[in-house]
Amino acid sequence: MDYLLTEQQIMVRDLARKIAKEKITPVAAEHDEKETFPWEIMKVMAESDLCGVYIEEKYGGLGGGAMELCLVTEELSRACGGIAICFAATALGTYPIILFGNDEQKQKYLPDIASGKKLAAFALTEAGAGSDAGAIATTARKEGDHYVLNGVKQWITNGGEAEVYTVIAMTDREKGARGASAFIIEKGTPGFDFGKKEKKLGIRASATRELVFNECKIPKANLLGREGMGFIVAMKTFDKSRPGVAAQAVGIAQGALDHAVKYSRERKQFGKTISSFQGLQFMLADMATEVEAARALTYSVAKMVDTGAKDVSKESAMAKLFASDVAMKVTTDAIQVLGGYGYMRDYPVEKYMRDAKITQIYEGTNQIQRNVIALELLKEQLRG
Amino acid sequence: MNIIVCIKQVPDTQDIRINPETNTLMREGVQSIVNPFDMYAIEEALRIKERLGAASTKVTVLSMGPSQAEEALREAVSMGADEMVLMSDRAFAGSDTWATSYTLAKGIQKLGKFDLIICGKQAIDGDTAQVGPGIAATLDIPQVTYVKKTEDIKEGLAKFERMTEEGYEVIETPLPCLITVVKEINIPRLPSLKGKIKAKQSKATVLGAKDLEVDPDRLGLQGSPTAVKKIFTPPKRTGGQVLQGEVPDIVNKLADSIKDVVISVSKT
Ligand SMILES: Cc1cc2nc3c(=O)[nH]c(=O)nc-3n(C[C@H](O)[C@H](O)[C@H](O)COP(=O)(O)OP(=O)(O)OC[C@H]3O[C@@H](n4cnc5c(N)ncnc54)[C@H](O)[C@@H]3O)c2cc1C
Repeated sequence: MDYLLTEQQIMVRDLARKIAKEKITPVAAEHDEKETFPWEIMKVMAESDLCGVYIEEKYGGLGGGAMELCLVTEELSRACGGIAICFAATALGTYPIILFGNDEQKQKYLPDIASGKKLAAFALTEAGAGSDAGAIATTARKEGDHYVLNGVKQWITNGGEAEVYTVIAMTDREKGARGASAFIIEKGTPGFDFGKKEKKLGIRASATRELVFNECKIPKANLLGREGMGFIVAMKTFDKSRPGVAAQAVGIAQGALDHAVKYSRERKQFGKTISSFQGLQFMLADMATEVEAARALTYSVAKMVDTGAKDVSKESAMAKLFASDVAMKVTTDAIQVLGGYGYMRDYPVEKYMRDAKITQIYEGTNQIQRNVIALELLKEQLRG
Repeated sequence: MNIIVCIKQVPDTQDIRINPETNTLMREGVQSIVNPFDMYAIEEALRIKERLGAASTKVTVLSMGPSQAEEALREAVSMGADEMVLMSDRAFAGSDTWATSYTLAKGIQKLGKFDLIICGKQAIDGDTAQVGPGIAATLDIPQVTYVKKTEDIKEGLAKFERMTEEGYEVIETPLPCLITVVKEINIPRLPSLKGKIKAKQSKATVLGAKDLEVDPDRLGLQGSPTAVKKIFTPPKRTGGQVLQGEVPDIVNKLADSIKDVVISVSKT
């Protein structure tokens, strides 16, 4: 399908595809098996100028937006959803600075992220605060020209590997949701440590760790936006980044479909290739149609984000919800196409299913996406 | 330092299918790529440039071929090469390795001062490995073939490791010189986005026969004395001897055969 991409977007997509095929595919299984962080791929990404596709040219990026972020994430995910998220989670950690940073903060942090010298991460979740983000217990206490942070963030993607963290903490508990603020915290700041690396079902190349703040003192200049804007920062960030998760899901689904189609033409049963059985053809046709529908929705929302539409919460949630459900279904069906071989770790398809599952969970579970969509629907009805 | 990299656009052999009826190559729809060995040549030029400093070193990529060959040159620019020159003219059509070497050498002379010419060891569509050495011969400069490492390079002097069947030789040579490189020398980088954008905006300098000081009789088909009689795959080297049986027997057999070798060598 032709999505009328610009010449530059095609260039970005093709380069990401080349990296995926030549550099990621050969190492994906090993990083999955050993749960090792793909630094060598991050280096290739940096050398190819792909790390800053969504960052302004002024700060060393390419000057693209959500569409470019989606194209790269999708292509990388087609080879490995775990490696792709190391790139996409950096975008998640960077968006708060892009959206709410002042020029000084942008000058300080964006060029190194755009050049791939540094990775970023975004930290909201805590043990007691998942879907209910308002329940976070990490605090930031103001002390003169500083804030002092205390608390533990849980399951932070790129935790320990990234240099730059955007962290949501309570500056005023009394105010509830209006009492949260967003901060930029650098790795190596005294009082900022990492917990153990989590063992996961999928996206095992990515690192997921706790961030531990113990009387961690940071300058006032590291506050993003104003005090009390923490949840606005988080929600606006998710609006922009959810198409990226959708793109990850589309890529994972496409990768699994590619394998299924190829395998169906090779495997023979009853004296014929299994691709000659209509029962299987119909499965492949459904999978392909769903992947394309997910891609079309994802790209449309990315384009909407890039045209500067003010409110994209509903559409963004729809893309993430739909594409991740498609990824789960298509990867499950891809295993079915391969039969027992699909279930074996010697074949790459079971990994796609394990990697797909996370896209239904993070950056808001799919139940939470439905909440967002329904809430917007009802608001629209009220407005008439 | 001026480095010139000679590259060739070739059909992607991974893409080629054989027509089962006529047993000929089906070239239609086959993608064109930069000759894989030339990718190592481009990469080596870029590494030398990084080593010597980008400001003082220029990498020019040169190709003889039809206008589509500009795509191959663009790929080199997207990796980081500075300039591209395409030698394209009907008069060059049908060149064998003799005429090609001559034409490329004349093109290189036209470009002015150069210090190092790098070629891939051979092109995958002809496999002759003749053009690199042919250019050096025409230009009357030293050549080092099958280079697997650039040990040292500075103004006027360079040291290379050259692969041989038994091991390698270290060769020091004055510059300008020509080297051909093998795949062991490096891992070619992928293009960068900024490089790709630059490549898209750049245009190759095109040189035709009239731009060169050449003997027209030495160009193209009429300048090509090669006649292909037959193309065949040389017989595979036979594997070594496999000794089988119980371990003590094997050891004895091995000792005997080593003795034979030692005796026959000491006799010669
Ligand atoms: C691998 C991985 C990486 C992650 N990376 C990051 C990261 O980089 N940064 C970060 O901040 N967080 C990260 N997270 C956290 C992630 O965003 C949360 O796991 C997610 O928001 C869900 O929270 P929870 O796991 O606590 O589930 P819970 O909130 O406990 O939900 C449990 C179940 O209840 C359902 N549920 C909860 N509330 C409602 C409701 N109101 N209506 C209907 N159903 C509901 C949920 O949908 C879910 O099915 C990561 C998580 C994982 C697993």
